[in-house]
Amino acid sequence: MIIPKLAVRNMLGAGAKTWLNAAVLSIAYVAIIWAQGLYNGFGAEMSRTMIDAEYGGGQYWVEGYDPYDPFTLTDAHAVPAAPLQARIDAGQATPILIVQGTLYPGGRIVPVLIKGIDPGQTQLSFPTGVLGASGDDIPALIGSRMAKASGLAAGDTVTVRWRDARGAFDARDLEIVDIMKTIAQTIDEGQVWLPLATLREMADMPGEATIVVAAKGAPPIGAVPGWPFQGLDVLLKGIRDIIKSKTVGASILYLMLLFLAALAILNTQLLSIWRRRKEIGTMMAMGVTRGRVIGLFTFEGALNAVFAAIVGAVWGIPLLAYFATHGYSLGANQGDNFGLAISDKMYPVYSAALVLGTTVLVFLITTVVSYLPSRKIAKLKPTDALQGRMS
Amino acid sequence: MENGTIIRTKDLVKIYPMGGQSITALLDVNLTFGRGEFAGLVGPSGSGKTTFLNIVGSLDAPTRGSAEVLGQKVEALPHKKAAELRNRHIGFIFQTFNLLPVYTVYENVEFPLLLLGMPAAARRKAVMDALDWVHLSDRVKSRPNQLSGGQSQRVAIARAVVKKPELVLADEPTANLDAENSHHILHTMEDINRELRTTFLFSTHDDKVIAHLRRKITLVDGRVAGDEPGAAGKEGR
Repeated sequence: MIIPKLAVRNMLGAGAKTWLNAAVLSIAYVAIIWAQGLYNGFGAEMSRTMIDAEYGGGQYWVEGYDPYDPFTLTDAHAVPAAPLQARIDAGQATPILIVQGTLYPGGRIVPVLIKGIDPGQTQLSFPTGVLGASGDDIPALIGSRMAKASGLAAGDTVTVRWRDARGAFDARDLEIVDIMKTIAQTIDEGQVWLPLATLREMADMPGEATIVVAAKGAPPIGAVPGWPFQGLDVLLKGIRDIIKSKTVGASILYLMLLFLAALAILNTQLLSIWRRRKEIGTMMAMGVTRGRVIGLFTFEGALNAVFAAIVGAVWGIPLLAYFATHGYSLGANQGDNFGLAISDKMYPVYSAALVLGTTVLVFLITTVVSYLPSRKIAKLKPTDALQGRMS
Repeated sequence: MENGTIIRTKDLVKIYPMGGQSITALLDVNLTFGRGEFAGLVGPSGSGKTTFLNIVGSLDAPTRGSAEVLGQKVEALPHKKAAELRNRHIGFIFQTFNLLPVYTVYENVEFPLLLLGMPAAARRKAVMDALDWVHLSDRVKSRPNQLSGGQSQRVAIARAVVKKPELVLADEPTANLDAENSHHILHTMEDINRELRTTFLFSTHDDKVIAHLRRKITLVDGRVAGDEPGAAGKEGR
């Protein structure tokens, strides 16, 4: 236990130099936690948003439906199987019918997915209630991105054309009853929402649906023939992959930051060994083995990480807590630039694993860069060291 | 090794390679030192005094011959064993004091005892006793940069003797001190030598030190040119 004791004594005795190194390293340390926390926050918010607005407690897709292949939509409709219908009737699931179509806003042609949903549903949190409005035209709900892309506004009338179950084309006028503001792009861009009953009638698909969204927390009903279940682990995989790729990109930045801090420590260690060679010789004369001197210098270097954690805690905890509480503003509509379902204000999430992992990473890197120059001591002859020479 | 003999060298040779040439620092040195001696190696610079102390202190190894210290052959000692010998049995005093700069006076003196793994209470008593010997018990919290040269060397003496070693090797201990401090320090070392029967071996060319020696060994060009009682020995001090 003598090495840690001496190392702490030496580091504290070195005064400002120790704390300066710790301050530099703490910047990297806090920055890593902050940046990683921000991505954790991205992930958490995206998952929450997608669950609330689209995924619910998981989805049952009609056999053959592939959201990434529009050609599958022609046949992707069927009457929900009995167990699903029972859930729908009990208010624990909501069916959605998806049909391909075209909008003609201002004479332009805009391909869209026409989605039918029950205006009274409560499983997904977006304003489907507005679709219950009655009028001459069919009420339609679109998102703000769709409105911007098509130039439509609330109260506008637009023609929609679609092909029904028998392959016949038809067209009707829709009235945009509301523009919803949502951060979930996947229920907004290129989509128009109609009352489910109306769309079923338009497409000649009575009682049919493409997907059935289970309510959050609804008990599982096991396998339903013809309607494979897509759990949240499957549905959220894409989001998690995106976060992972973004995190890897960010890692390069903060590893560079850590590298710079490590370089400062490496430099300090090299200087320290050079400046303290007489001290090393004195220690050897008093009976400290070379191995112990190496251990002492390595431990001293590694202590930089401990001191950085202390310094980082002093200024970092209030800062990180502030961002966790007040959020970090990306700027108006900047969330869309990321291509992710995130709001304009991000709330970082710091997990124990993140803090612990970062601490271990910083500690390991610091120890390695402290050990490397300390190896020089192994070649140092006590008589040379005492005279201030390096052998 | 006979009873009471601390150091014995036999045909000790040390040659340093220097570029393409070699310099002979010690040549066939045969010396024996007993317990409780207060002896010194004297001679001009480059005569081999420090080299002899380094070998006896197991900081260096001879090129040829043998140096037996406290029953252990220095030339055969692996690094760890040599470190253990120094740690347990040998104290060093250097010309430039070599105090550890970030430690207080107390911590500097405590250092060898920490290496020995001495319990805290015994350690504290030993440190305070050693500081009493050198009259510095009131400076325990001072750092080396707050001490005069004389005080620094007294701390170095306390550090060398705190573990009560059999042998203290002092390399030009008064070279950086004025006359008054030199005498003060030499008296302190004499007191410790008498009280603890610690063997003191000096390397010096300072007349003030020579005057205190009970045995004087003269080295010239790495050879023993004389081995006689010192001034203090003749006076029967």
